[in-house]
Amino acid sequence: MIPIAYNVRSVVQRPVSTALTALGVGLVVAVFIGMLALANGFSAALAKTGSSRNVLVLRKGADSELSSGLGRDVSSIVAADPHVATGADGRPLVSPEVYVLIPLAKSFDTTQIANVVARGISDQAWQVRNNVTVTAGQKPTSGRPEVCVGSRLTKRFPHTGIGQTLHFAGRDWSVTCHFTAAGSAFESEIWGENEQFMPVFRGEVFQSITFRLKDPGSFAEAQRALQADKRMTVDAHRESEFYAQQSQLLGRILSFLAVMITGIMAVGAVFGAINTMYAAIASRAPEIGVLLTLGFRPWTVLVSFLAESAFIAAIGGLLGCLFSLPLNGIVTSTTNWSSFSEIAFSFRVTPALLLVGLVFAVVMGIVGGFFPALRAARLQVVQALR
Amino acid sequence: MKYVQLVLANLGRHKLRSILTIASVALALFLFASLRSVTTTMAAAAQFGGARRLVTLNATGLVFPLPLAYGNRIKAMPGVTGLSWANWFGGRYGDGKNFFANFAVDAESYLALYPEIVMPADQKQAFLQDRTGAIIGDRLISQFGWKLGQNVTLQGTIFQGDWTFKIDGVYHPTDPAIGDNVLIFHHDYFDERIGRAGIAGWYIVEIDDPAHAPQIAKAIDDLFRNSSSPTKTGTEREFQATFATMWGNVSFLMSTIGLAVVFAILLVTANAMMMSARERTGEIAVLKTVGFSDRLLFTLVMVEAGALALTGAAIGLGGATLLYPAIKFNGAGFLPGFKVATSTLIIGALVALGLMLASGLVPALRAARLPIVQALRKVE
Repeated sequence: MIPIAYNVRSVVQRPVSTALTALGVGLVVAVFIGMLALANGFSAALAKTGSSRNVLVLRKGADSELSSGLGRDVSSIVAADPHVATGADGRPLVSPEVYVLIPLAKSFDTTQIANVVARGISDQAWQVRNNVTVTAGQKPTSGRPEVCVGSRLTKRFPHTGIGQTLHFAGRDWSVTCHFTAAGSAFESEIWGENEQFMPVFRGEVFQSITFRLKDPGSFAEAQRALQADKRMTVDAHRESEFYAQQSQLLGRILSFLAVMITGIMAVGAVFGAINTMYAAIASRAPEIGVLLTLGFRPWTVLVSFLAESAFIAAIGGLLGCLFSLPLNGIVTSTTNWSSFSEIAFSFRVTPALLLVGLVFAVVMGIVGGFFPALRAARLQVVQALR
Repeated sequence: MKYVQLVLANLGRHKLRSILTIASVALALFLFASLRSVTTTMAAAAQFGGARRLVTLNATGLVFPLPLAYGNRIKAMPGVTGLSWANWFGGRYGDGKNFFANFAVDAESYLALYPEIVMPADQKQAFLQDRTGAIIGDRLISQFGWKLGQNVTLQGTIFQGDWTFKIDGVYHPTDPAIGDNVLIFHHDYFDERIGRAGIAGWYIVEIDDPAHAPQIAKAIDDLFRNSSSPTKTGTEREFQATFATMWGNVSFLMSTIGLAVVFAILLVTANAMMMSARERTGEIAVLKTVGFSDRLLFTLVMVEAGALALTGAAIGLGGATLLYPAIKFNGAGFLPGFKVATSTLIIGALVALGLMLASGLVPALRAARLPIVQALRKVE
């Protein structure tokens, strides 16, 4: 075998050419990781939103909370269901909720309006959704026009600080607390009391009812019982599945874009790599002739040049990983078209993603290096040494 | 002109290398054109809107309706020359995987306000006389293989039940922002089936003079300020622009990625082009000996680099320009009227010129400054 040191030294011999090729591959890898991190972050935000122990009840046929509507009678029927867990105080863990979109102006540009979710909840909601924690201030007091604001909204929208007043639906609402929800979509919502939201928005109607299962395994049974109940026409969804499905449309678009764009980029970069390697081999023909004369087998020459190409690409892959690391945690926002609401989420660069990026780079290197390496291996000694 | 042969011969010497170089430049500029077109198409959609059309919404938010009774009061205001109303329906067809917009409109006044919706006169007449009829954009008819006169059933997601409409007409929008994947049906039928709730999602107000838009918008909002449903009125363009801003930083992301793509592939390509030029030191020395001037050699090397970059650019940009209209690409309905703008073509051409300079300048200068004696020493 030709020692790897030979390739490393050859690469170091032409620093500019190596750096340019590696940088090109690096940028491709960075875009690849960046786009997948975006898709990843979006899906993660929505996937984490639901709990598999919770059941979301919507009106039959409604595909989002926005298009649903349930009366108070339905809320009492659901609350009385035997599958519903009960809290420490003996009350059922049920939250009948009002879900509306309100237009809010953004902090940095008040002409930009975003549709923000305002969710009217019951007192139990804080226990039903156990990933929600109040980080500052006091929960809204029942009967008062008070709201709690998700942590992702506080930086992007004005008047969301504790003690400040938000104006929507023709009324003033004082902000009494901020909450986090483990990075989920709830963090992009404003929560208030359902009884306060009902009269100012859509009247005596809830949009959804969420409850906690007494026995986590009994979802199918609970779903059958609720949907078969003749007194109401509802669909019961597992909360986690519902939100995962809400992310499908945009998640799919993002992943599709990531694969499409980086696919085309990769082909372009591989073409470039092939050219670089051909040129490298052409200028080193005498060297290769010497190697062959010394008795190295053609296939070891092939492996050696493949390794060299892979090595340059791997440097590029590492560069790409470095470029993409600062993206991690950057918050961006877009409208989730399945629910029509704006949702903020962060890029998520995971170790697995970095590894995929690195492998992607090496594959590009090997594919790009194969034909030039084959040519090197097939060189005729006499011709090469001339 | 006699040097064209020489340049062609040089390019043809490593055919594979020339083809790969052109292909990677073409791919880079194809991607660049595609990504930038997303941004320009979204910007163009945000610019849509008749100057004489205002849109009145419920001030509480997009999803809250307005009373139908507001119509007559708006119509009676000075400066208002026409009025129509519409309501989002949100019906689902089949398994719901292929989403398209559908809404109920007051047909006669709506079609009068939107001359951009073009269809045969007999189809329009049939639709106006058929209370349970609908008209659809021409993309839908090919997408689902529907036929004129056929019945189509939508499942209501907001307004329950199965809603069956007869397709009375197929329209073609002259402005892509109208959307060619929309189903429109009669508001009166909608209102009757939901129990005469008397609601309108939004009003479209036609005014006499675009210059009066701010005053009239304010007058409408003032009229309903203290009512149960206060309104928010703006020009149609503002209304469209709010949809564009909903994408958030998508266009910024697209431009960043576009830049990275172009830069990455250009780096690799420029490198390959420079490496291939370096191999020809001996040849250039021979040409100089034969009597080629420094300036001529500089030009020849630059022309060679330019031929590669510009051919690649022409293929990439031309491909993008022709491909998208040919496959009627509209980004799954999100990017109606997707096309490559002229500004994109100009920027793409400039990028190709930049590539020519980046990859040609160093070898060309080297060729021009090459001392013959030194160079010929290396020749076998």
